[in-house]
Amino acid sequence: MTLGWKEIRPGFVVTEAGSARSCRTGDWRTDRPIVDREKCSKCGLCYVFCPEGAVKEDGQGYYEVDLYYCKGCGICAHECPQGAIEMVPEV
Amino acid sequence: MKEVMAIRFTRKNLPKEELFVSGHRACQGCGEMLAVRLAMKALGRDTIVACATGCIEIVSSPFPETAWEVPWIHVAFENTAAVISGVEAGLKALMRKGRLKERRIFCVGMAGDGGTADIGIQALSGALERGHDILYICFDNEAYMNTGIQRSSATPFGAATTTSPPGRKSLGQMTWKKNVPEIAVAHGIPYVATASPAFPYDLMTKVRRGAEVRGPAYIHIYSPCPTGWRCPPDLAIEVARLAVQTGVFPLYEVIEGRYRINQPKGELKPVEEYLKLQGRFRHLDEAAKTRIQERVREEWERLKKKAQAFPYEE
Amino acid sequence: MGRRIAIEGSHAISEAVKQARVDVIAAYPITPQTHIVERLSEMVADGELDAEFVPVESEHSAMSVCIGAEAAGARAFTCTSGPGLALMAEIVFIASSMRLPILMVLANRTLSAPLSIWNDHSDAMLVRDCGWIQMFVNSAQEAYDHVFIGYRVGEDSRVLLPVMLHMDGFFLTHAIEPLEPVKQELIDGFLPPYEPLYRLHPDNPVTMGAFALPDQYAEIKKAQDEALKASYGPLLEAWKAWGELTGRHYGPVEGLYLEDAEVVLLTAGSYGEVAHIAVEEMRAKGRPVGLVKLRLWRPFPYDELRKALEGKEAVVVIDRSVCPGGPGGPMALEVRSALYGRRGPRVVDFIVGISGRDVTPEDYIRMIERVPELAQRGPEDYVFYGVKE
Repeated sequence: MTLGWKEIRPGFVVTEAGSARSCRTGDWRTDRPIVDREKCSKCGLCYVFCPEGAVKEDGQGYYEVDLYYCKGCGICAHECPQGAIEMVPEV
Repeated sequence: MKEVMAIRFTRKNLPKEELFVSGHRACQGCGEMLAVRLAMKALGRDTIVACATGCIEIVSSPFPETAWEVPWIHVAFENTAAVISGVEAGLKALMRKGRLKERRIFCVGMAGDGGTADIGIQALSGALERGHDILYICFDNEAYMNTGIQRSSATPFGAATTTSPPGRKSLGQMTWKKNVPEIAVAHGIPYVATASPAFPYDLMTKVRRGAEVRGPAYIHIYSPCPTGWRCPPDLAIEVARLAVQTGVFPLYEVIEGRYRINQPKGELKPVEEYLKLQGRFRHLDEAAKTRIQERVREEWERLKKKAQAFPYEE
Repeated sequence: MGRRIAIEGSHAISEAVKQARVDVIAAYPITPQTHIVERLSEMVADGELDAEFVPVESEHSAMSVCIGAEAAGARAFTCTSGPGLALMAEIVFIASSMRLPILMVLANRTLSAPLSIWNDHSDAMLVRDCGWIQMFVNSAQEAYDHVFIGYRVGEDSRVLLPVMLHMDGFFLTHAIEPLEPVKQELIDGFLPPYEPLYRLHPDNPVTMGAFALPDQYAEIKKAQDEALKASYGPLLEAWKAWGELTGRHYGPVEGLYLEDAEVVLLTAGSYGEVAHIAVEEMRAKGRPVGLVKLRLWRPFPYDELRKALEGKEAVVVIDRSVCPGGPGGPMALEVRSALYGRRGPRVVDFIVGISGRDVTPEDYIRMIERVPELAQRGPEDYVFYGVKE
């Protein structure tokens, strides 16, 4: 999205907070995390350690990865104390 | 100060809101952006951020998008501390004159190691000396990462960067890391702390303490960069943990000039465990690694002596 | 109007900044600007001025603090000279692209090297393209008046640009001149509190200073350029309002004896006063000469200048700085450019008064006498007046 010079606000100020949400950084990954709920202890460390803030609590205490944003870095899989997350290649 | 030091983040009071949102353009596994995300949780919405040119600024503000849910300003590379001083002074004047409603708004400066220890040190020193009510956070990924991994004065001894490459005449970075937290302590400010994203609640606690304290606060956050340090992205947190556990990056606070070490319990692990995970140290021989180990131990002993001589007592 | 006082030019600025109810002052000392900030810090220390005085550790930080303060919605002021401006320059350009209506008094001082504290316009010309509204003031009264005019125009929501007042170091800053101060109530009516279009505040979080890719940068720059050009209208309005308020009427260009002049001197800043004396002397001897004083530098007043020079045979531009290896003086360059392709006077370019070297009425007379010899020359044939061989 590019703007014409008359559309740009004075000082090129961006007034829509958090507008980066529209960027699908999930397109970048080559591996995706798969969460095994049987092993998950609901500790929430995956949520804490995700640099993207892409791990979300599902309302029952389990955690899901938002694949729209997940870059597949694997930190959640590596840090999970229960080994409940596995990185598998995107096909 | 007592109330400030009573602040503590745990899983129970972990803020849920994301004020540094998904969609930012950082590399996979960026330890720095994780630190920013956690710092923003600790700070909350009543915060204004001034940011230096660097990774944080570039990944979060590609016009016309922004990853920030709080008011945010970027001006240049070396003047973060001056810009946030101006914001603080402006708010102070406007509130005193009754043109803005009285309200505690945290004024926070964020910059990388280059924008803090090198080109930004003058502005930082000025801001700390003038006593503004600000929090300055240095996100230290130990090089000029955004421009392609060039060395800074925060690059550790022996590390390979594009401007301190190992070669026949050099083993990489030939100087020891500049100790910026101690420079901040030398300014006599009320609060200085070091933090690592591998200890997220400790990090958030310190950020909040720094913001709440009246006067200047400085926090140095160790920010693993898998891209620049040549390690797999999924090891970012492990490297950040080992840095602390080996004593390469000890965790401590300096409260009104008095030291409190927050290291996890146990003996320091050998530095080798930390070095071997990162490609930027791959070229080092045993002699170099021994020098590093000795220096880390020496610095650790010195820190412990300072804490003994000037202990923080509640 | 009211009472007149004798005041040092610098202190006239301090007085104006106080009356403009500035919120934040951030400045670093450098000769010949020092008296401005010294007086301001006295005023703050005594409670005479309610502002945050931020004693920054460099000029670069001075402008940075001003940007932070304006972004937060405060009215900010700074001043500097010569090398201080050079250090500040990176941020000066940023202030205008970010559309923050800071006001800066530049106590014109020559750039190093060699080091010299004395006055010329090399510092002004360093930032010619910085995107600020820029004006040359000719007296302490004019400097004082333009602090209010500058803030009013800069903060106008149709403008939102920083304003730079060029004030000759020592000649204006350190000279004691008469000043008619304006009553505070009248100032308050002329200059309301600053209401920013955007401000940094948690109630409405905005992002300022995002980075722009090649597919977007040009649009942002065009918008800035258009804003500077469009500031002309609000500036004329402000001058008109000021004229009605005080009886002092200002315009972009001032002409003296233009009706019958064949050759005119063109000056900017305080040297115009001595040029005026020279013009009077020559006219007393029957020489048809006149004087054009350029007040508005950016946006450049093309129409007004062309009108002032219409029908003249030659314009002798008194440049107070040099473009080495290039077209001599920057002011002559702009005048030539304004006249290009039109029937108009020949442009004769003298580089004069570098680093504060004194220029007498006799010097101006001698310059005018050289017009026939120099009138047919090109831009590369500028004359460095009075240089010892």
